[in-house]
Amino acid sequence: MKLFAPIAALCLLATASVSHAADPYLARNLAATCANCHGTNGNAVKGAGMDALAGMEKAKILQKLADYKSGDKPASIMHQISKGYTEAQLDLIAGYFAAQK
Amino acid sequence: MMLMKRRDFLKVGAAAGAMASLYGCAGGGKASGHVVVVGGGYGGATVAKYLRMWSEGGVQVTLIERNPTFISCPISNLVIGGTKTMEDITISYEGLRSKWGVRVIQDDVVSVDAAKKTISLKGGSALSYDRLVLSPGVDFMFDQIPGLNNADAQSKILHAWKAGPQTVALRKQLESMKDGGTYAIAIPKAPYRCPPGPYERACLVADYFKKSKPKSKVVILDANEDVMSKKGLFTKAWTDLYKGIIEYRNNSEVKDVEVGTNTAVLEFDKFKADVLNVIPPHRAGDIAAKSGIKMINNRWVDINWLSMESTSTPGIHVLGDAVFPAPTMPKSGHMANQHGKLAAAAILNMLSGLEPNPEPVVMNTCYSFVDAKNVIHVSSVHQYDAATKTVQPVKGAGGVSAARNELEGKVAMGWAKNIWADMLT
Repeated sequence: MKLFAPIAALCLLATASVSHAADPYLARNLAATCANCHGTNGNAVKGAGMDALAGMEKAKILQKLADYKSGDKPASIMHQISKGYTEAQLDLIAGYFAAQK
Repeated sequence: MMLMKRRDFLKVGAAAGAMASLYGCAGGGKASGHVVVVGGGYGGATVAKYLRMWSEGGVQVTLIERNPTFISCPISNLVIGGTKTMEDITISYEGLRSKWGVRVIQDDVVSVDAAKKTISLKGGSALSYDRLVLSPGVDFMFDQIPGLNNADAQSKILHAWKAGPQTVALRKQLESMKDGGTYAIAIPKAPYRCPPGPYERACLVADYFKKSKPKSKVVILDANEDVMSKKGLFTKAWTDLYKGIIEYRNNSEVKDVEVGTNTAVLEFDKFKADVLNVIPPHRAGDIAAKSGIKMINNRWVDINWLSMESTSTPGIHVLGDAVFPAPTMPKSGHMANQHGKLAAAAILNMLSGLEPNPEPVVMNTCYSFVDAKNVIHVSSVHQYDAATKTVQPVKGAGGVSAARNELEGKVAMGWAKNIWADMLT
Protein backbone atom coordinates (compact mmCIF):
# COMPACT_ATOMS: atom_id res chain seq x y z
CA MET A 1 0.00 0.00 0.00
CA LYS A 2 1.72 3.13 -1.22
CA LEU A 3 -0.54 5.27 0.94
CA PHE A 4 1.29 4.20 4.10
CA ALA A 5 4.47 6.11 3.31
CA PRO A 6 3.00 9.60 3.00
CA ILE A 7 0.66 8.96 5.90
CA ALA A 8 3.52 7.84 8.10
CA ALA A 9 5.38 10.97 7.07
CA LEU A 10 2.39 13.09 7.98
CA CYS A 11 2.25 11.42 11.39
CA LEU A 12 5.92 12.20 11.98
CA LEU A 13 5.37 15.76 10.85
CA ALA A 14 2.46 16.12 13.23
CA THR A 15 4.58 14.84 16.10
CA ALA A 16 7.59 16.95 15.22
CA SER A 17 5.67 20.20 14.85
CA VAL A 18 3.49 20.01 17.91
CA SER A 19 5.15 23.12 19.34
CA HIS A 20 3.64 25.38 16.67
CA ALA A 21 0.66 23.13 16.08
CA ALA A 22 1.14 22.62 12.34
CA ASP A 23 -1.83 21.02 10.67
CA PRO A 24 -1.30 17.30 10.00
CA TYR A 25 -2.54 17.82 6.44
CA LEU A 26 -0.51 20.95 5.74
CA ALA A 27 1.41 19.47 2.78
CA ARG A 28 -1.81 18.20 1.18
CA ASN A 29 -3.53 21.55 1.70
CA LEU A 30 -0.64 23.56 0.27
CA ALA A 31 -0.29 21.28 -2.76
CA ALA A 32 -4.02 21.69 -3.43
CA THR A 33 -3.44 25.39 -4.12
CA CYS A 34 -1.46 24.30 -7.23
CA ALA A 35 -4.14 21.93 -8.52
CA ASN A 36 -6.18 24.58 -10.37
CA CYS A 37 -3.52 24.57 -13.08
CA HIS A 38 -1.51 21.42 -12.39
CA GLY A 39 -4.41 19.02 -11.83
CA THR A 40 -5.88 17.34 -8.76
CA ASN A 41 -2.95 15.84 -6.81
CA GLY A 42 -0.66 16.96 -9.64
CA ASN A 43 -2.40 14.88 -12.32
CA ALA A 44 -2.68 17.57 -14.99
CA VAL A 45 -5.14 17.13 -17.84
CA LYS A 46 -3.21 15.49 -20.67
CA GLY A 47 -2.59 17.64 -23.71
CA ALA A 48 -3.54 20.87 -21.92
CA GLY A 49 0.05 22.08 -21.71
CA MET A 50 0.54 22.16 -17.93
CA ASP A 51 3.33 20.32 -16.07
CA ALA A 52 2.03 17.16 -14.40
CA LEU A 53 3.72 17.16 -11.00
CA ALA A 54 2.43 13.82 -9.68
CA GLY A 55 5.34 11.45 -9.13
CA MET A 56 7.99 13.96 -10.20
CA GLU A 57 11.16 13.65 -8.13
CA LYS A 58 11.07 16.02 -5.15
CA ALA A 59 14.53 17.45 -5.86
CA LYS A 60 13.52 18.18 -9.45
CA ILE A 61 10.38 20.06 -8.38
CA LEU A 62 12.36 22.07 -5.82
CA GLN A 63 15.03 22.93 -8.40
CA LYS A 64 12.39 24.15 -10.87
CA LEU A 65 10.78 26.29 -8.19
CA ALA A 66 14.16 27.71 -7.13
CA ASP A 67 14.95 28.56 -10.76
CA TYR A 68 11.60 30.30 -11.17
CA LYS A 69 12.21 32.27 -7.98
CA SER A 70 15.72 33.35 -9.02
CA GLY A 71 14.64 34.10 -12.58
CA ASP A 72 17.05 31.51 -14.04
CA LYS A 73 14.13 29.71 -15.65
CA PRO A 74 11.98 31.95 -17.85
CA ALA A 75 8.29 31.79 -17.05
CA SER A 76 5.03 33.48 -17.89
CA ILE A 77 3.64 33.29 -14.36
CA MET A 78 5.52 30.83 -12.11
CA HIS A 79 8.23 33.37 -11.25
CA GLN A 80 5.46 35.44 -9.60
CA ILE A 81 3.62 32.59 -7.89
CA SER A 82 6.66 30.74 -6.51
CA LYS A 83 7.66 33.88 -4.59
CA GLY A 84 4.41 33.72 -2.64
CA TYR A 85 5.40 30.60 -0.72
CA THR A 86 8.07 30.10 1.95
CA GLU A 87 10.93 27.62 1.37
CA ALA A 88 9.37 25.34 4.00
CA GLN A 89 6.03 25.44 2.18
CA LEU A 90 7.63 24.68 -1.19
CA ASP A 91 9.46 21.75 0.41
CA LEU A 92 6.15 20.33 1.69
CA ILE A 93 4.49 20.86 -1.71
CA ALA A 94 7.31 19.17 -3.62
CA GLY A 95 7.30 16.25 -1.17
CA TYR A 96 3.56 15.82 -1.53
CA PHE A 97 3.58 15.78 -5.34
CA ALA A 98 6.59 13.43 -5.43
CA ALA A 99 4.58 10.93 -3.36
CA GLN A 100 1.59 10.98 -5.74
CA LYS A 101 1.06 8.45 -8.50
CA MET B 1 -41.55 16.62 3.64
CA MET B 2 -38.96 13.93 3.62
CA LEU B 3 -35.71 14.20 5.50
CA MET B 4 -32.79 12.53 3.79
CA LYS B 5 -30.64 10.99 6.47
CA ARG B 6 -27.05 10.02 6.67
CA ARG B 7 -27.79 6.31 6.32
CA ASP B 8 -28.87 6.90 2.73
CA PHE B 9 -25.23 7.37 1.93
CA LEU B 10 -23.71 4.55 3.96
CA LYS B 11 -23.32 2.26 0.97
CA VAL B 12 -21.37 4.86 -0.98
CA GLY B 13 -19.07 5.63 1.91
CA ALA B 14 -18.40 2.15 3.27
CA ALA B 15 -15.60 1.06 0.93
CA ALA B 16 -13.61 4.23 1.25
CA GLY B 17 -14.22 4.54 4.97
CA ALA B 18 -11.65 1.89 5.80
CA MET B 19 -8.96 3.95 4.09
CA ALA B 20 -9.97 7.11 5.87
CA SER B 21 -9.38 5.49 9.24
CA LEU B 22 -5.65 5.46 8.45
CA TYR B 23 -5.64 9.18 9.14
CA GLY B 24 -6.24 8.47 12.82
CA CYS B 25 -2.60 9.38 13.52
CA ALA B 26 -3.48 13.04 13.50
CA GLY B 27 -5.02 12.84 16.93
CA GLY B 28 -8.58 13.47 15.82
CA GLY B 29 -11.03 10.77 14.90
CA LYS B 30 -12.16 9.88 11.41
CA ALA B 31 -14.18 12.59 9.74
CA SER B 32 -17.78 11.58 9.21
CA GLY B 33 -21.10 13.29 8.82
CA HIS B 34 -23.24 14.90 6.15
CA VAL B 35 -22.25 18.16 4.46
CA VAL B 36 -24.78 19.97 2.27
CA VAL B 37 -23.32 22.30 -0.35
CA VAL B 38 -25.54 24.97 -1.91
CA GLY B 39 -24.38 26.07 -5.36
CA GLY B 40 -22.36 24.07 -7.88
CA GLY B 41 -20.09 26.77 -9.30
CA TYR B 42 -16.33 27.14 -8.92
CA GLY B 43 -16.55 27.13 -5.10
CA GLY B 44 -19.31 24.64 -4.44
CA ALA B 45 -18.27 21.96 -6.94
CA THR B 46 -14.70 22.11 -5.59
CA VAL B 47 -15.65 21.77 -1.93
CA ALA B 48 -17.99 18.87 -2.77
CA LYS B 49 -15.30 16.94 -4.63
CA TYR B 50 -12.51 17.65 -2.14
CA LEU B 51 -14.66 16.67 0.88
CA ARG B 52 -15.31 13.30 -0.74
CA MET B 53 -11.74 12.83 -1.95
CA TRP B 54 -9.95 13.89 1.23
CA SER B 55 -12.30 11.96 3.53
CA GLU B 56 -11.86 8.91 1.30
CA GLY B 57 -15.65 8.73 1.14
CA GLY B 58 -16.09 9.04 4.93
CA VAL B 59 -18.11 12.25 4.69
CA GLN B 60 -21.39 12.26 2.78
CA VAL B 61 -21.92 15.22 0.49
CA THR B 62 -25.12 16.55 -1.11
CA LEU B 63 -24.80 19.34 -3.67
CA ILE B 64 -27.87 21.46 -4.43
CA GLU B 65 -27.63 23.28 -7.77
CA ARG B 66 -30.47 24.97 -9.66
CA ASN B 67 -28.98 24.47 -13.13
CA PRO B 68 -28.79 21.08 -14.86
CA THR B 69 -25.17 21.58 -15.96
CA PHE B 70 -22.17 23.68 -15.01
CA ILE B 71 -21.60 26.66 -17.32
CA SER B 72 -18.33 28.55 -16.83
CA CYS B 73 -18.19 32.33 -16.54
CA PRO B 74 -14.44 32.32 -17.32
CA ILE B 75 -14.09 31.81 -21.12
CA SER B 76 -17.74 32.92 -21.64
CA ASN B 77 -16.56 36.28 -23.03
CA LEU B 78 -15.14 34.29 -25.96
CA VAL B 79 -18.67 33.02 -26.66
CA ILE B 80 -19.87 36.64 -26.67
CA GLY B 81 -16.97 37.51 -28.99
CA GLY B 82 -17.97 34.63 -31.26
CA THR B 83 -14.87 32.41 -31.14
CA LYS B 84 -16.17 29.81 -28.65
CA THR B 85 -19.56 28.14 -28.25
CA MET B 86 -21.73 27.37 -25.22
CA GLU B 87 -20.75 23.73 -25.65
CA ASP B 88 -17.11 24.71 -24.98
CA ILE B 89 -18.01 26.11 -21.54
CA THR B 90 -20.66 23.59 -20.43
CA ILE B 91 -19.79 20.57 -18.29
CA SER B 92 -21.97 17.85 -16.75
CA TYR B 93 -22.18 17.16 -13.01
CA GLU B 94 -21.98 13.45 -13.81
CA GLY B 95 -18.31 13.22 -12.75
CA LEU B 96 -19.17 14.46 -9.26
CA ARG B 97 -21.91 11.83 -9.06
CA SER B 98 -20.28 8.77 -10.51
CA LYS B 99 -16.60 9.27 -9.73
CA TRP B 100 -16.83 11.03 -6.36
CA GLY B 101 -20.16 9.84 -4.94
CA VAL B 102 -21.57 13.34 -4.50
CA ARG B 103 -25.37 13.36 -4.39
CA VAL B 104 -26.27 16.14 -6.86
CA ILE B 105 -29.84 17.46 -6.60
CA GLN B 106 -31.20 19.96 -9.12
CA ASP B 107 -33.31 22.28 -7.03
CA ASP B 108 -33.41 25.67 -5.32
CA VAL B 109 -32.91 26.26 -1.60
CA VAL B 110 -35.71 28.37 -0.17
CA SER B 111 -34.71 28.54 3.48
CA VAL B 112 -32.06 27.58 6.00
CA ASP B 113 -32.77 26.78 9.64
CA ALA B 114 -29.38 27.19 11.31
CA ALA B 115 -30.68 26.13 14.73
CA LYS B 116 -32.20 22.86 13.51
CA LYS B 117 -29.48 22.40 10.87
CA THR B 118 -31.93 21.83 8.05
CA ILE B 119 -32.58 23.39 4.66
CA SER B 120 -35.81 23.39 2.66
CA LEU B 121 -35.92 22.97 -1.09
CA LYS B 122 -38.32 24.53 -3.56
CA GLY B 123 -39.23 21.02 -4.71
CA GLY B 124 -40.76 20.41 -1.27
CA SER B 125 -38.20 18.22 0.46
CA ALA B 126 -35.87 19.11 3.31
CA LEU B 127 -32.37 18.02 4.20
CA SER B 128 -30.54 17.84 7.50
CA TYR B 129 -26.83 18.61 7.69
CA ASP B 130 -23.93 18.47 10.09
CA ARG B 131 -22.24 21.34 8.25
CA LEU B 132 -23.63 23.57 5.50
CA VAL B 133 -21.59 25.25 2.76
CA LEU B 134 -23.15 28.18 0.90
CA SER B 135 -21.49 28.96 -2.41
CA PRO B 136 -24.28 31.03 -3.92
CA GLY B 137 -22.28 33.43 -6.07
CA VAL B 138 -23.88 36.82 -6.53
CA ASP B 139 -27.33 38.25 -7.12
CA PHE B 140 -27.94 41.62 -8.76
CA MET B 141 -29.21 44.76 -7.01
CA PHE B 142 -31.68 45.72 -9.74
CA ASP B 143 -33.33 48.16 -7.34
CA GLN B 144 -30.26 50.39 -7.76
CA ILE B 145 -31.26 50.89 -11.42
CA PRO B 146 -35.05 51.49 -11.24
CA GLY B 147 -35.78 51.13 -14.96
CA LEU B 148 -34.13 47.72 -14.92
CA ASN B 149 -36.09 46.47 -11.92
CA ASN B 150 -38.60 44.37 -13.90
CA ALA B 151 -38.47 41.19 -15.95
CA ASP B 152 -39.27 42.83 -19.28
CA ALA B 153 -36.42 45.36 -18.95
CA GLN B 154 -34.06 42.60 -17.86
CA SER B 155 -34.87 40.61 -20.99
CA LYS B 156 -33.84 43.57 -23.19
CA ILE B 157 -30.94 45.16 -21.34
CA LEU B 158 -28.74 42.22 -20.45
CA HIS B 159 -25.97 41.74 -17.90
CA ALA B 160 -24.62 38.40 -19.20
CA TRP B 161 -22.65 38.38 -15.94
CA LYS B 162 -23.78 34.83 -15.12
CA ALA B 163 -22.90 32.49 -17.94
CA GLY B 164 -25.97 30.86 -19.46
CA PRO B 165 -28.96 32.04 -21.51
CA GLN B 166 -27.89 35.69 -21.22
CA THR B 167 -24.50 34.85 -22.76
CA VAL B 168 -26.29 33.52 -25.85
CA ALA B 169 -28.77 36.40 -25.89
CA LEU B 170 -26.06 39.08 -25.76
CA ARG B 171 -24.21 37.37 -28.62
CA LYS B 172 -27.45 37.46 -30.65
CA GLN B 173 -27.94 41.17 -29.94
CA LEU B 174 -24.40 41.86 -31.20
CA GLU B 175 -24.94 39.75 -34.31
CA SER B 176 -28.19 41.59 -35.06
CA MET B 177 -26.66 45.03 -34.57
CA LYS B 178 -26.14 47.02 -37.79
CA ASP B 179 -22.61 48.00 -38.77
CA GLY B 180 -21.95 51.49 -37.50
CA GLY B 181 -23.78 50.81 -34.25
CA THR B 182 -22.56 51.23 -30.69
CA TYR B 183 -22.19 48.60 -27.98
CA ALA B 184 -21.94 50.03 -24.45
CA ILE B 185 -20.93 48.04 -21.39
CA ALA B 186 -21.63 49.51 -17.94
CA ILE B 187 -19.41 48.43 -15.04
CA PRO B 188 -20.62 48.78 -11.41
CA LYS B 189 -18.52 50.13 -8.58
CA ALA B 190 -16.08 47.62 -7.10
CA PRO B 191 -16.23 45.12 -5.57
CA TYR B 192 -17.89 43.09 -8.31
CA ARG B 193 -17.40 39.62 -9.77
CA CYS B 194 -14.30 39.23 -12.01
CA PRO B 195 -12.56 42.64 -11.92
CA PRO B 196 -10.93 42.36 -15.39
CA GLY B 197 -13.95 40.70 -17.01
CA PRO B 198 -15.74 43.80 -18.36
CA TYR B 199 -12.54 45.11 -19.97
CA GLU B 200 -11.92 41.69 -21.53
CA ARG B 201 -15.48 41.69 -22.88
CA ALA B 202 -14.99 45.16 -24.37
CA CYS B 203 -11.85 43.90 -26.14
CA LEU B 204 -13.52 40.77 -27.52
CA VAL B 205 -16.57 42.64 -28.79
CA ALA B 206 -14.23 45.18 -30.39
CA ASP B 207 -12.27 42.33 -32.00
CA TYR B 208 -15.53 40.99 -33.45
CA PHE B 209 -16.52 44.45 -34.72
CA LYS B 210 -13.07 44.99 -36.25
CA LYS B 211 -13.47 41.82 -38.31
CA SER B 212 -17.23 41.89 -39.05
CA LYS B 213 -18.66 45.37 -38.41
CA PRO B 214 -15.74 47.77 -38.81
CA LYS B 215 -17.72 51.00 -38.50
CA SER B 216 -19.05 50.02 -35.05
CA LYS B 217 -17.90 51.30 -31.65
CA VAL B 218 -17.49 50.01 -28.11
CA VAL B 219 -18.02 52.38 -25.18
CA ILE B 220 -17.06 51.41 -21.63
CA LEU B 221 -19.12 53.24 -18.99
CA ASP B 222 -17.13 52.58 -15.80
CA ALA B 223 -18.62 53.60 -12.44
CA ASN B 224 -15.09 53.44 -11.01
CA GLU B 225 -12.56 56.22 -11.31
CA ASP B 226 -10.11 54.07 -13.22
CA VAL B 227 -9.60 50.68 -14.88
CA MET B 228 -9.85 48.19 -11.97
CA SER B 229 -7.49 45.45 -13.19
CA LYS B 230 -4.45 45.07 -15.50
CA LYS B 231 -4.79 48.76 -16.36
CA GLY B 232 -1.56 49.24 -18.32
CA LEU B 233 -2.08 46.08 -20.36
CA PHE B 234 -5.71 46.83 -21.20
CA THR B 235 -5.13 50.46 -22.12
CA LYS B 236 -2.21 49.41 -24.33
CA ALA B 237 -4.46 46.91 -26.11
CA TRP B 238 -7.10 49.60 -26.64
CA THR B 239 -4.50 51.92 -28.18
CA ASP B 240 -2.63 49.29 -30.20
CA LEU B 241 -5.52 47.11 -31.37
CA TYR B 242 -8.71 49.10 -31.07
CA LYS B 243 -7.88 52.75 -31.69
CA GLY B 244 -11.03 54.54 -32.78
CA ILE B 245 -13.18 51.56 -31.75
CA ILE B 246 -13.00 51.40 -27.93
CA GLU B 247 -13.74 54.50 -25.90
CA TYR B 248 -13.23 54.41 -22.12
CA ARG B 249 -15.24 56.70 -19.81
CA ASN B 250 -14.44 56.67 -16.09
CA ASN B 251 -16.73 57.93 -13.27
CA SER B 252 -19.73 57.00 -15.42
CA GLU B 253 -22.07 55.18 -13.08
CA VAL B 254 -25.36 54.09 -14.60
CA LYS B 255 -28.11 55.35 -12.27
CA ASP B 256 -31.07 54.31 -14.41
CA VAL B 257 -32.02 53.06 -17.87
CA GLU B 258 -34.67 53.97 -20.42
CA VAL B 259 -35.53 50.61 -21.89
CA GLY B 260 -37.48 51.77 -24.97
CA THR B 261 -34.50 53.69 -26.34
CA ASN B 262 -31.62 51.58 -24.94
CA THR B 263 -30.43 54.59 -22.99
CA ALA B 264 -28.18 54.60 -19.94
CA VAL B 265 -28.88 57.44 -17.53
CA LEU B 266 -25.72 58.74 -15.88
CA GLU B 267 -25.48 61.38 -13.16
CA PHE B 268 -25.23 64.38 -15.51
CA ASP B 269 -25.61 62.79 -18.90
CA LYS B 270 -27.37 60.13 -20.94
CA PHE B 271 -25.89 57.59 -23.32
CA LYS B 272 -27.89 55.85 -26.05
CA ALA B 273 -26.50 52.60 -27.41
CA ASP B 274 -27.60 50.06 -30.00
CA VAL B 275 -26.66 47.22 -27.66
CA LEU B 276 -26.69 48.24 -24.00
CA ASN B 277 -25.05 45.76 -21.59
CA VAL B 278 -25.52 46.84 -17.98
CA ILE B 279 -23.84 44.91 -15.18
CA PRO B 280 -25.78 45.99 -12.08
CA PRO B 281 -24.09 46.23 -8.66
CA HIS B 282 -24.18 42.87 -6.91
CA ARG B 283 -24.18 41.29 -3.50
CA ALA B 284 -23.96 37.79 -2.05
CA GLY B 285 -26.50 35.38 -3.53
CA ASP B 286 -29.96 35.76 -1.93
CA ILE B 287 -29.79 32.60 0.16
CA ALA B 288 -26.92 34.08 2.21
CA ALA B 289 -29.02 36.97 3.50
CA LYS B 290 -32.05 34.68 3.94
CA SER B 291 -29.97 32.40 6.16
CA GLY B 292 -29.67 35.14 8.76
CA ILE B 293 -25.86 35.07 8.78
CA LYS B 294 -23.87 38.25 9.42
CA MET B 295 -23.36 40.42 6.33
CA ILE B 296 -21.11 43.44 5.88
CA ASN B 297 -22.79 46.52 4.30
CA ASN B 298 -25.82 44.27 3.74
CA ARG B 299 -23.94 42.82 0.80
CA TRP B 300 -21.14 40.39 1.60
CA VAL B 301 -20.83 37.61 4.17
CA ASP B 302 -18.44 38.06 7.08
CA ILE B 303 -16.36 34.89 7.44
CA ASN B 304 -13.50 33.49 9.50
CA TRP B 305 -10.56 33.01 7.12
CA LEU B 306 -9.28 29.92 8.93
CA SER B 307 -12.41 27.97 8.05
CA MET B 308 -14.63 30.11 5.75
CA GLU B 309 -17.22 29.72 8.54
CA SER B 310 -19.71 32.52 9.17
CA THR B 311 -18.56 34.75 12.05
CA SER B 312 -22.11 34.78 13.42
CA THR B 313 -23.46 31.29 12.76
CA PRO B 314 -21.45 28.16 13.58
CA GLY B 315 -21.87 25.29 11.14
CA ILE B 316 -22.39 27.47 8.04
CA HIS B 317 -19.40 28.04 5.75
CA VAL B 318 -19.54 30.51 2.85
CA LEU B 319 -17.34 30.56 -0.25
CA GLY B 320 -16.49 32.49 -3.35
CA ASP B 321 -17.91 35.77 -4.63
CA ALA B 322 -20.42 35.92 -1.75
CA VAL B 323 -17.83 36.64 0.96
CA PHE B 324 -16.50 39.99 2.11
CA PRO B 325 -13.14 39.88 0.38
CA ALA B 326 -9.79 39.84 2.16
CA PRO B 327 -7.42 42.73 1.23
CA THR B 328 -6.80 42.85 -2.57
CA MET B 329 -8.56 39.51 -3.03
CA PRO B 330 -10.52 39.37 -6.31
CA LYS B 331 -13.92 37.78 -6.73
CA SER B 332 -12.86 35.12 -9.24
CA GLY B 333 -13.62 31.53 -10.13
CA HIS B 334 -10.03 30.58 -9.38
CA MET B 335 -10.27 32.14 -5.92
CA ALA B 336 -13.61 30.41 -5.26
CA ASN B 337 -11.94 27.08 -6.07
CA GLN B 338 -9.22 27.93 -3.51
CA HIS B 339 -11.88 28.86 -0.95
CA GLY B 340 -13.47 25.46 -1.59
CA LYS B 341 -10.26 23.63 -0.70
CA LEU B 342 -9.64 25.79 2.38
CA ALA B 343 -13.19 25.06 3.55
CA ALA B 344 -12.96 21.33 2.76
CA ALA B 345 -9.78 20.98 4.83
CA ALA B 346 -11.26 22.97 7.73
CA ILE B 347 -14.58 21.07 7.69
CA LEU B 348 -12.85 17.68 7.72
CA ASN B 349 -10.68 18.77 10.65
CA MET B 350 -13.73 20.05 12.52
CA LEU B 351 -15.71 16.87 11.82
CA SER B 352 -12.85 14.80 13.26
CA GLY B 353 -12.17 16.85 16.36
CA LEU B 354 -9.23 18.94 15.11
CA GLU B 355 -8.79 22.70 14.87
CA PRO B 356 -8.72 24.12 11.31
CA ASN B 357 -5.29 24.55 9.72
CA PRO B 358 -3.86 27.68 11.44
CA GLU B 359 -1.87 28.82 8.39
CA PRO B 360 -3.98 28.55 5.22
CA VAL B 361 -2.77 29.86 1.86
CA VAL B 362 -4.83 30.77 -1.20
CA MET B 363 -3.70 32.08 -4.56
CA ASN B 364 -5.22 33.52 -7.71
CA THR B 365 -4.48 33.56 -11.40
CA CYS B 366 -6.70 35.26 -13.89
CA TYR B 367 -6.21 35.26 -17.66
CA SER B 368 -7.94 37.82 -19.89
CA PHE B 369 -8.15 37.66 -23.68
CA VAL B 370 -7.53 40.99 -25.41
CA ASP B 371 -8.28 39.40 -28.78
CA ALA B 372 -9.06 35.85 -29.89
CA LYS B 373 -5.45 34.73 -29.31
CA ASN B 374 -3.55 37.16 -27.09
CA VAL B 375 -3.85 37.02 -23.33
CA ILE B 376 -2.73 38.96 -20.25
CA HIS B 377 -2.75 37.67 -16.67
CA VAL B 378 -2.75 38.85 -13.07
CA SER B 379 -1.61 36.60 -10.22
CA SER B 380 -1.37 36.81 -6.43
CA VAL B 381 -0.65 34.65 -3.38
CA HIS B 382 -2.38 35.30 -0.04
CA GLN B 383 -1.12 33.91 3.29
CA TYR B 384 -3.03 33.90 6.57
CA ASP B 385 -1.88 36.58 9.00
CA ALA B 386 -2.76 35.86 12.63
CA ALA B 387 -2.35 39.52 13.66
CA THR B 388 -5.04 40.80 11.26
CA LYS B 389 -7.02 37.52 11.22
CA THR B 390 -7.28 37.57 7.44
CA VAL B 391 -5.32 36.37 4.43
CA GLN B 392 -2.92 39.04 3.21
CA PRO B 393 -1.29 39.33 -0.23
CA VAL B 394 2.39 38.35 -0.15
CA LYS B 395 4.53 41.36 -0.99
CA GLY B 396 6.89 40.79 -3.90
CA ALA B 397 4.84 37.86 -5.20
CA GLY B 398 2.27 37.89 -7.99
CA GLY B 399 2.02 40.44 -10.77
CA VAL B 400 0.88 40.83 -14.33
CA SER B 401 2.12 39.75 -17.77
CA ALA B 402 5.06 41.68 -19.22
CA ALA B 403 3.00 42.13 -22.41
CA ARG B 404 0.05 40.50 -24.15
CA ASN B 405 1.15 37.29 -25.83
CA GLU B 406 -0.12 34.23 -27.68
CA LEU B 407 1.66 31.76 -25.40
CA GLU B 408 -0.63 32.78 -22.54
CA GLY B 409 -3.57 32.39 -24.90
CA LYS B 410 -2.74 28.66 -24.92
CA VAL B 411 -2.00 28.66 -21.18
CA ALA B 412 -5.39 30.25 -20.49
CA MET B 413 -7.20 27.37 -22.18
CA GLY B 414 -4.93 24.91 -20.33
CA TRP B 415 -5.91 26.66 -17.10
CA ALA B 416 -9.60 26.27 -17.97
CA LYS B 417 -9.31 22.57 -18.77
CA ASN B 418 -7.39 21.88 -15.57
CA ILE B 419 -9.56 23.87 -13.19
CA TRP B 420 -12.75 22.37 -14.68
CA ALA B 421 -11.29 18.91 -14.13
CA ASP B 422 -10.15 19.88 -10.61
CA MET B 423 -13.74 20.84 -9.74
CA LEU B 424 -15.88 18.38 -11.62
CA THR B 425 -14.07 15.19 -12.67
